[in-house]
Amino acid sequence: MHNNKYLQEEIIRISGVNPSKCMRCGKCSATCPAYDEMEYHPHQFVNMVESGDIEPLLNSESLYKCLSCFACIDRCPRGVQPAKVVEAVRLTAIRKKGANRMTADAVPAMVDEDTPQQLLVSAFRKYTK
Amino acid sequence: MKVSYFPGCTLKNKAKDLDLYAYKSAEALGVTLEEIENWQCCGGVFTTANDEVATKLSSIRALKYAGDKEQPLITVCSACHNVIKQTNYEMQTNSQFADKVNRYMANDGTYNGETQVYHYLEMLRDLVGFDTLKEKVVNTLKGKKIAAYYGCLLLRPNSVMRMDDPENPTIMEDFIRALGADAVVYAKRNECCGGYISVESPESAKRNSNAIIENAKANGAEMIITACPLCKYNLVKNGADIPVVYFTELLAEALGVKEDTNA
Repeated sequence: MHNNKYLQEEIIRISGVNPSKCMRCGKCSATCPAYDEMEYHPHQFVNMVESGDIEPLLNSESLYKCLSCFACIDRCPRGVQPAKVVEAVRLTAIRKKGANRMTADAVPAMVDEDTPQQLLVSAFRKYTK
Repeated sequence: MKVSYFPGCTLKNKAKDLDLYAYKSAEALGVTLEEIENWQCCGGVFTTANDEVATKLSSIRALKYAGDKEQPLITVCSACHNVIKQTNYEMQTNSQFADKVNRYMANDGTYNGETQVYHYLEMLRDLVGFDTLKEKVVNTLKGKKIAAYYGCLLLRPNSVMRMDDPENPTIMEDFIRALGADAVVYAKRNECCGGYISVESPESAKRNSNAIIENAKANGAEMIITACPLCKYNLVKNGADIPVVYFTELLAEALGVKEDTNA
């Protein structure tokens, strides 16, 4: 079992983010289009990774609510790039046997005649490994 | 002028209009789009993690192909453009990543992000010129009130995309004006429609999309244009009661080449 220190270092390493640059202004969460859907918001991802509180994030549905719209990245006055933290935690969660969130078998029930291929490839990129 | 062209998965399927009108319009403007041979899907979303390599190789193959032909690489879909530009930037700025990629692709030689990547709109602005475009318009769209919907992927992250001011962009409005129409400027033009969340949470995509449509209409829009098949899908699916069309279709109409096509 990985300890939190290892997970914290790993998330910092693969995200390339330094969470201690955050000054707690909350602008990332204020601008997040998925804010209402999230249990933990972008600024909390940054703060919880900084304090090593990783497990709740790994088990949260919030991981799959980030839209990859990069709004928090562009609008952060300190250049923290919160979305990269969310992405790194998400990858840590789904790079685990059996942790894929979407399967090809589930696709026929999801599509209608106008569904663009882009929707499915994007969802697979975010939900599976 | 000849350029390399990366169409992407959706442009050969559900977004055929975006592709076909891009070709026809380019031709009318003296640009030949040379489709990259054996291109592979970009994956739709750029994975920002430093240790992701395999998911970025399809973009690098396309970039290298264009580079070997000494041509700029043009994309039309917002997502392809975002993924390919971000991947190219990583090749330019992350030497560890570039080294891994180049060793993996040993038979292909080395590549370090030399290829110039342009979105089709950037091609119109920077390689063709909006003034030239204006002169080629045969069916002016005068009097039409058109709202540009940028969404998230065209402009962000700005440090990489370098397309326009990410909070107060003008490229699509300048495009609309070059075709003779009136550009409707509204606050939510660069906010996210919900993207792929419509797979899991259609309600959430609906909230985001409705807010964009209502904001455009409240400012007088009679039509919305987009470069992204997923934006179009989400806006149309969630009750847009004004037309949502690809910017290339509007372009083809203004250039008088729309009727030549079988779309």
